[in-house]
Amino acid sequence: MTVSTPTKKDPGIQDTPDAGFGKVPLGKRLIGANTFWIALVLVAMIAVFSALAPDSFPTLFNFQQMLIEASVLLILSVGMTFVIITSGIDLSVGSVLIFAGMVAGKTMEGLSGGDATHAGWGVIIVGLAVAVVAGTIWGLINGFLIAVADVPPLIVTLGTMGAALGAALLLNGGSNVHTVPTVLNQRLGYGTSFVVVPNLVLIAVVITLIGAWLLHTTKFGRYTFAVGSNAEGARRAGIGVTAHLLKVYTLTGFLAGIAGFLSLAYFNSTTVSGHTSDNLNAIAATVLGGTSLFGGVGSVLGTVIGVFIPAVLKKGFNIAHVQDFWQMIVVGAVLIAAVWFDQRRRKRRNSR
Amino acid sequence: MSEILLDAQNLTKHYGSVEALRGASFQARAGEVTALIGDNGAGKSTLVKCLSGAEQPSSGKILLDGKEVHVDSPTRARRLGIETVYQDLAVAPELDPAANLFLGREIHRKGILGKLGMLDKAEMRRQAIDEFKRLGVTLQSTDVPIGSLSGGQRQSVAVARSVVWASKVVFMDEPTAALGVVQRERVLDVIKKVRDKGIAVVLISHNMPEVLSVADRIEVLRLGTRVARFTGHDTKLEDLVAAMTGALVQEEAA
Repeated sequence: MTVSTPTKKDPGIQDTPDAGFGKVPLGKRLIGANTFWIALVLVAMIAVFSALAPDSFPTLFNFQQMLIEASVLLILSVGMTFVIITSGIDLSVGSVLIFAGMVAGKTMEGLSGGDATHAGWGVIIVGLAVAVVAGTIWGLINGFLIAVADVPPLIVTLGTMGAALGAALLLNGGSNVHTVPTVLNQRLGYGTSFVVVPNLVLIAVVITLIGAWLLHTTKFGRYTFAVGSNAEGARRAGIGVTAHLLKVYTLTGFLAGIAGFLSLAYFNSTTVSGHTSDNLNAIAATVLGGTSLFGGVGSVLGTVIGVFIPAVLKKGFNIAHVQDFWQMIVVGAVLIAAVWFDQRRRKRRNSR
Repeated sequence: MSEILLDAQNLTKHYGSVEALRGASFQARAGEVTALIGDNGAGKSTLVKCLSGAEQPSSGKILLDGKEVHVDSPTRARRLGIETVYQDLAVAPELDPAANLFLGREIHRKGILGKLGMLDKAEMRRQAIDEFKRLGVTLQSTDVPIGSLSGGQRQSVAVARSVVWASKVVFMDEPTAALGVVQRERVLDVIKKVRDKGIAVVLISHNMPEVLSVADRIEVLRLGTRVARFTGHDTKLEDLVAAMTGALVQEEAA
């Protein structure tokens, strides 16, 4: 690492040609980062609710519940972060989640002769595989239509959002799958590891860490940013933009498949009607976390914070006996403000 | 006189019934800046596209180092040591200068992590700083996205990216078109440094004073064919304009 002496001078003026090659000091970078401010908002919210309800908000049980409830959305949002950084969008994740849960549930029921309640781990593993494959296939369809056929992502995923939901409902005549292996629900849905860590949360954490590693340290991540920042430039630099977009949408479908299976484990049912706004929640969380809808900018850490801001607000309002409809209004306003700031930042930059 | 590095002979290019190139020839020499000029529609862009692999000529020969080559894609051109700086910025504005310099040519970490796709950011940054220093590109910081730099710095990075990887020829299509006076000087300085490395620089420009100030040789295209050649510094502006408009013809179309 090159050492630079921080000066009080105007950073735009250099004394020597070398002066510009130093690293920006950590503190300065931190303050400049969107993520820092969003994290501060989250911490402030937790502090306020803890002060308002010291007996009921800052409790182990409450935090466990918040984390569990956010886990499925977090996994969807990690995928969404990659897609939005490529300047795309995926409206289909909620429906793909439902579809994956539905085929997994139906498969497990089929393997157990109609009632999967007492099914063992063999059946469960087959169910997981089916969910992941189903999600991946929807991701591939999205990716093919967007990257190869060149149809705008908004339209493609709006189409597959309807199609995946319709297909899921067709599979079971419009009703939910209700028999889910009890061991799955108890171990994965409600079980804990290391005494206090819910298993569902553990899986979400592992997936999020892998996502962060992939996005921020690997070539795959670097290309994701490059494609979103300047697709034509990336193509000229020899990056296979089409193949990369295909991979990104497939990854998002894959994660939606896992999320579908985890949701099945947690709710003990496919809960079709409970997931119809997951896509918008994932987009909101990603954008709240500082990922730009115009592409090229974003982070997994920001998305994690973006997932928890609505979750903390909702829990906090509940505990403080404020009607949690307020949460929807607040999140909506903050979301618009976040995009407004992003727009201003881009305009300032482009006017240089 | 230095050796002829790139030698294009009698290139033609048809787009349907439109003839963009009608037997155009072009030569660029190692360690020299060769300016390619011509009025709008003279075929400059088409010629460069054919030489940099973006398009295929309908007929004609391209020799690189005396050997015939088929530049059938930009990737192939890059492998041959031919790089192109595009008129519109081809950098990724949200990535930092080092990431842009190594875009498409990332350095992986050693060992298993590198096999998994992990990048060696520190090494890329170190090499990028070395290259920028060598080319005299000054930046406010190497940690900021390129989009927050000034236009001249951005273009300097774009130029640097091409010349760092070019071992033979660099095409620059109007590299200073969008720049102010100071920024333009900076990019022209980089061009001279590249030339001094022994690379053949091909400069496409509409700016005649700029061409006269940096070019060692000037080749003039008109209506899809080369009409005149000049050696740089003793050329007058009037001669260039005469050649571009057809008042002066040195060479007959093949």
